[in-house]
Amino acid sequence: MNKKDPDLLLFHAPLLRQGMTTPKAMRDVIYALLPATAASIWFFGLSALLLLGASIAGAVLAEWLFDNGQRRGESLRDATAVLTGLLLGLTLPPGLPMWMAFLGGFVGVSLGKVIWGGLGHNLFNPALLGRAFLQATFPIAMTTWVVNSYGGEFTSVYASSLALPFMQSGIDSVTAATPLGMLKFDQEVTPLANLMFGKINGSLGETSGVLLLLGGIYLWLRRDLDWRIPVSILLTVVLFSAVLSLVDAARYPTPLFSVFSGGLLLGAIYMATDPVTSPVTPRGAWIFGIGVGVLVMLIRVFGGLPEGVMYAILLMNAATPLIDRYTQPRVFGRGADSP
Amino acid sequence: MKQNESYEEFIKGIWRDNPVFVQVLGMCPMLAVTNSAVNAIAMGMATFFVLVGSSFLVSSFRNWIPKQVRISCFIIIIATFVTVADYTLLALVPKVHKELGAFIPLIVANCMILGRQEAFSSRYPVRLAVMDAMGMASGFLLALFSLGAIREILGDGALFGIDLFGENFEPWIIMILPPGGFLTLGVILLFFNWFRFKKDEFLADVAAAERGGNG
Repeated sequence: MNKKDPDLLLFHAPLLRQGMTTPKAMRDVIYALLPATAASIWFFGLSALLLLGASIAGAVLAEWLFDNGQRRGESLRDATAVLTGLLLGLTLPPGLPMWMAFLGGFVGVSLGKVIWGGLGHNLFNPALLGRAFLQATFPIAMTTWVVNSYGGEFTSVYASSLALPFMQSGIDSVTAATPLGMLKFDQEVTPLANLMFGKINGSLGETSGVLLLLGGIYLWLRRDLDWRIPVSILLTVVLFSAVLSLVDAARYPTPLFSVFSGGLLLGAIYMATDPVTSPVTPRGAWIFGIGVGVLVMLIRVFGGLPEGVMYAILLMNAATPLIDRYTQPRVFGRGADSP
Repeated sequence: MKQNESYEEFIKGIWRDNPVFVQVLGMCPMLAVTNSAVNAIAMGMATFFVLVGSSFLVSSFRNWIPKQVRISCFIIIIATFVTVADYTLLALVPKVHKELGAFIPLIVANCMILGRQEAFSSRYPVRLAVMDAMGMASGFLLALFSLGAIREILGDGALFGIDLFGENFEPWIIMILPPGGFLTLGVILLFFNWFRFKKDEFLADVAAAERGGNG
């Protein structure tokens, strides 16, 4: 029989394919992050580029180093390590020494992903795990925010970025507080326009709210993320802070301030939606998002830290298997109590 | 032959059956007091004394201890040595004693010590029991020291209080906090398992090559 006969095509089971694969989805997320990344490099100069490069290098090295001998390098092709490094880099303060970013990327991928069995088996978001490690290890460096030069000093590199490995930077750079820090410790509110277009101090990725939102819309159009998670997180935060500002408008932030300040957009759109560490079921996604939103606001308003997105997402990551178990839809044709 | 036997009992505790890295016993002091090398060594020495002493006594009395109440007898013997160690440390190095705090009395609850009495000392003659206890205690001491040294070097930039990196060292705060203990121990266990895995693989390869060569 002629195998090329167009009238007789033989295929096995999945006949309709969605066309979405892990590498494609991961690359889409990277593309969606590019505008915000470019903006952060513009705001903070070449230091930002060096920092992002260092954290990506750490993540990629860990992925490569702990790969199985014969298939070494194969798992790099799906670009998850690059994405982890990029996401981690975007959550770091711009003046952080490069070696710390490298270490964070390495720890994030090795302890956050490889040790669990690789992609798809990890309980926690690797980028946030790396950041949590850095936060616990270098608490001072992780809360030192250099001033956003807004493109003014593009070619200058902060002295602290180039600190030698294991050493702190000898010279103190000019530092400033983030909008959330100013609100919490000085009761000073940053104008909303500054928050939306990045004229604020903070970590690399959290400065450009509008660009992050644009990236999120791109991802939603490409069906790369579960829209329920960012929507439920943002709605919860808006409702929570609306109630709080009704109670005492002078003390608590307005809903829009809460949405655009800190790492909320970055976390809600790009980190909480990590398909590995968020619930699979639609109902679970709502519960997960509401949980993250409530925890973020609780930590921000009533906790000791100015920002709580990282811990909120990590905590809800830990709850994900439980949420998945309790929101499993009933199997068609079986009773309500069947597994 | 006799010599080899006791040497074997001694050496197995240090590497092959290391109480911490292989048997994963005695985790409580392992994680709690290893935030500096000095504390780790003090703890290791105290445990060494208690384990060797109680193994000697338990093995000497093994024929007179009734099976039904053996655990309480072991505990009384262990507790005696722990009390001696506690007061000795208090007299000699009060500063270290203060840092170790409640963990010295808690040596009595170290499952490694009771485990050796139950599994070894109560069944073997005194010479072997003492050799076994010394091996196990040395293995424990080594494990405590390696964990304490890693945590102090990274967490303080120092070893035994001596600066290694100069003034500008950025300390890894997490290493002297409890999570640092878990992380370091986990990574060391990982390397131990990896090493054993590689060794087994290598031995299997050698065996296969030998069979192939002969056949």
